[in-house]
Amino acid sequence: MTAATRTAPAWAAALGRRLSGGANSRWFPYLLVLPLVLVLWGFVVQPMFATFRESVSANGSDNYLQFLSSSGVARESLFTSLFISAASVLLCGIVGVAMAFLLKRFHFRGRRLIEAFILVPAALPPLIGAVSFQLLYSNIGIVPRGLQALLGTEKPVLAFDGIAGVLVVHTFTMYPFFFLAASAALAGMDPSVEEAAYNLGAGRFRVWRTVLLPMLTPALISASLLVFMTSLASYTAPLLFNVSQTMTMQIYINRTNGDLPMASAYASVLGIVSIIFLLAMRWYEGRRNYQSQSKGISAVRREITNPIGRWLAPLASVLATLVLLAPVAAIALVAFSEDRSWTTEVLPPTYTFENFVTIFTDPKAFEPILNSVQMSLIAVVGCVVIGVLIAYAVRRLKFVGRGLLDVAVMIAWALPGTVVAINLISAFSTGNAFSFGQVLVGTFWILPLAYFVRFLPIVFRSSSATLALIDPSLEDAARNLGASWLRAFYTITVRLMLPGVLAGALLAFVHGVGEFVASVLIYTSSTVPISVAINNRMYSFELGTAAAYGMLQVLLIFVVMWFSGRLESSRTATRRAEQWTN
Amino acid sequence: MIDVRLTAVSKRFAKSSDSAAVDDVTVTIGAGEFFTLLGPSGCGKTTTLRMVAGFYFPTSGHIHFGDDDVTHWTPNKRDTGMVFQNYALFPHMTVAQNVAYGLKVRRVSRADQARRVTEALEQVHLAGYGDRRIDALSGGQQQRVALARALVIRPRTMLLDEPLSNLDAKLREETRAEIRRIQRESGTTSIYVTHDQAEAMAMSDRIAVMESGRVQQVGTPHEIYYKPANAFVARFIGRSNVLSLPVTGATDDSVAVRLPGGATIDVGAPAGHGLGAGDTALVSARPEHIALGGDDDTAAMRGRISHVEFTGMATNISVDVDGNEVMAALIDAPAGLQLGDVVGLRLVPERLWVVKP
Repeated sequence: MTAATRTAPAWAAALGRRLSGGANSRWFPYLLVLPLVLVLWGFVVQPMFATFRESVSANGSDNYLQFLSSSGVARESLFTSLFISAASVLLCGIVGVAMAFLLKRFHFRGRRLIEAFILVPAALPPLIGAVSFQLLYSNIGIVPRGLQALLGTEKPVLAFDGIAGVLVVHTFTMYPFFFLAASAALAGMDPSVEEAAYNLGAGRFRVWRTVLLPMLTPALISASLLVFMTSLASYTAPLLFNVSQTMTMQIYINRTNGDLPMASAYASVLGIVSIIFLLAMRWYEGRRNYQSQSKGISAVRREITNPIGRWLAPLASVLATLVLLAPVAAIALVAFSEDRSWTTEVLPPTYTFENFVTIFTDPKAFEPILNSVQMSLIAVVGCVVIGVLIAYAVRRLKFVGRGLLDVAVMIAWALPGTVVAINLISAFSTGNAFSFGQVLVGTFWILPLAYFVRFLPIVFRSSSATLALIDPSLEDAARNLGASWLRAFYTITVRLMLPGVLAGALLAFVHGVGEFVASVLIYTSSTVPISVAINNRMYSFELGTAAAYGMLQVLLIFVVMWFSGRLESSRTATRRAEQWTN
Repeated sequence: MIDVRLTAVSKRFAKSSDSAAVDDVTVTIGAGEFFTLLGPSGCGKTTTLRMVAGFYFPTSGHIHFGDDDVTHWTPNKRDTGMVFQNYALFPHMTVAQNVAYGLKVRRVSRADQARRVTEALEQVHLAGYGDRRIDALSGGQQQRVALARALVIRPRTMLLDEPLSNLDAKLREETRAEIRRIQRESGTTSIYVTHDQAEAMAMSDRIAVMESGRVQQVGTPHEIYYKPANAFVARFIGRSNVLSLPVTGATDDSVAVRLPGGATIDVGAPAGHGLGAGDTALVSARPEHIALGGDDDTAAMRGRISHVEFTGMATNISVDVDGNEVMAALIDAPAGLQLGDVVGLRLVPERLWVVKP
């Protein structure tokens, strides 16, 4: 018998004793944190090393040298990925900041309409987002064909393809990062600073350049890093617009061609770049200072006085709203079209309920939904248990390595889905201590595990944010009244965290049901998730059914968004109660 | 009823290892006593209370509840009822659920729970408030719920951590009388933490004055006011002039000192004061024990008025005596005291006290 197995029951007994009582002994935090560290090490960090080992297993550093050679696909892909990311930052920045200025600084008819729908494109699951843009703006898309028919040209007009198509998708789905950051910064900005500049004689452009933009800089840098990271991780847009030379696509291509070492090399490089960006972001947000000094007067929205502008504004608002809603509308329209009937027409020619009927009556067609729901639920349970405990440990306990625990969770967030998938393949295609010696790749469990790793940070973040609002002395009070640590934890702390945890869990569930990027690399034929089913249907040109699946995902998202909104209001009620007791 | 004993209790926090938050504290709190830890913020009083509650463990020393050595007991085993500074009421429970929490943990039967909760709420004058939400109560009402929640478990010790600091002045005075009444009725040994010396004086059986983690003096309010152990206590409790006066002779419990005016008086001193002729004694003189009077020969000291302020109850003046400022609170001061007037001051010798530095 080994030492480890002999001491295991003793450890368990000690943990039990500690949980029931001595939460304030110096080593209690370590007992609680140890399993959490093992989970993060086993499923987030250790698989990264496994991937690296895999990448050098076949022919040493050769795979990495390809990134240096001037004529390789590897170098080309790295540069393309970086270029797409940089261009996405620029485009999202322009659109996001312009929208923020328009909506926060000007008063015009139709403003509320845009505000209500401004986040819709970003809320779509990644595959559905990309598919809807393909249906709208690619050379088989509704808009270019519509313009072609209208103008009588030979080719579709204004069709986006290749990198341009990818950039359109990125701009539409990622500009909210800039919009939200710039809106928050504008809301916190003291308008008298701007007025002072005008008062000193500066013109509008000069005020923009010398006052407003510098004051927005911190928000813009944060948003830039975020968009850059997200673009780098983007996989569905290059897939649908046929840009094969990006990092994520190369991971996918090498994996499907069976060259796991090369896929692992790409994944390692992409993983390292992502982690560097994560650390840069944390560093930058740590040193960032908020500069709103005065309170009181908030920015006043300016009326548009220019008569042309007054007429144009509502028109533009309606147009913008149409553009914002177009992706969902396109999916909804196609969902009711007959499979394989839509060829060269502007809009699908024939409509039917058949797609939905098939999904709900044909057990084979219904299976992906069942799979996704089941696997997401399993992952969410894991995310909640581990995420809540990590949030508690990071926020409430003092122990050596607290910062590292926090970083480990955020690494799970920073890693692109493709990289997570490759990491899990590398770590769990053979028996592994963290899978109790079982091979997980090719089994049911690999996808829930991938969802767990990808969406743990969501639950962690929202739990942690709620926990920050809960007065620690509430738990002390419960302990003082005789409750054990465990009882105080679940009757007081967890109970008060519930709205935040639930919001995070719902979001994680939605993301799980919509997950495509990691799924497509590691799904097994017996557990096809919805997004992979959509992708397969798209390949076999069953656009109607694919869109019908997508429509169901979108409906789920809207229901959850509505429900989360209600949770939010009850959470503010708790916060108000909190203020009272303080 | 039990007594609470702290024996040589020290607490060092990991990060500030150079200075102790609580340094060698030894006090015995008698059974049924209302005992106050008083001191400026950062003096270690709350840390001491939290060690009694079990939220911190002492780095060294022992804590006894009666015959039990509870030094390393966890908070939930100690059976103390704590009232927190911010009340720490559970926002997701009603008033009655808050009060019942400790009873539920103790597996008190449902019927008894209901009865005792009702009693406790009556005791704090909140009968009928059981179904209210916490955020529907005023600050004073929340404070009383917190008190009821601690009382209802019939704890071995009540621990109160600045429970009045979030109330307005008028409510604070009403509530302190209320807390004392309830404590007398229940006879529970109580430890009260505050930085407000008036509150401590008004409520306590005995007070421990703390500063820099150490206990400076333990005594009844009367002892602490009239016989402060050292200059810090003299100045922290009320206002006091600490005069440096030459010693001309000494007995076991008094010291003869020469006043600036030339006269020699005997001043009470603690046993073991260790002063003799030729030393300099620090003498605490409260402003209200200094009056106007005396001419050049008979006055204790003379000086020029540097500050006058009429408060209604008294006229506070500061007198510049050879470069030292002496404060006096004059009852029925003559009208027309002016800045710059030269006045003589008299002392009440039996109210003076020799203090340590």
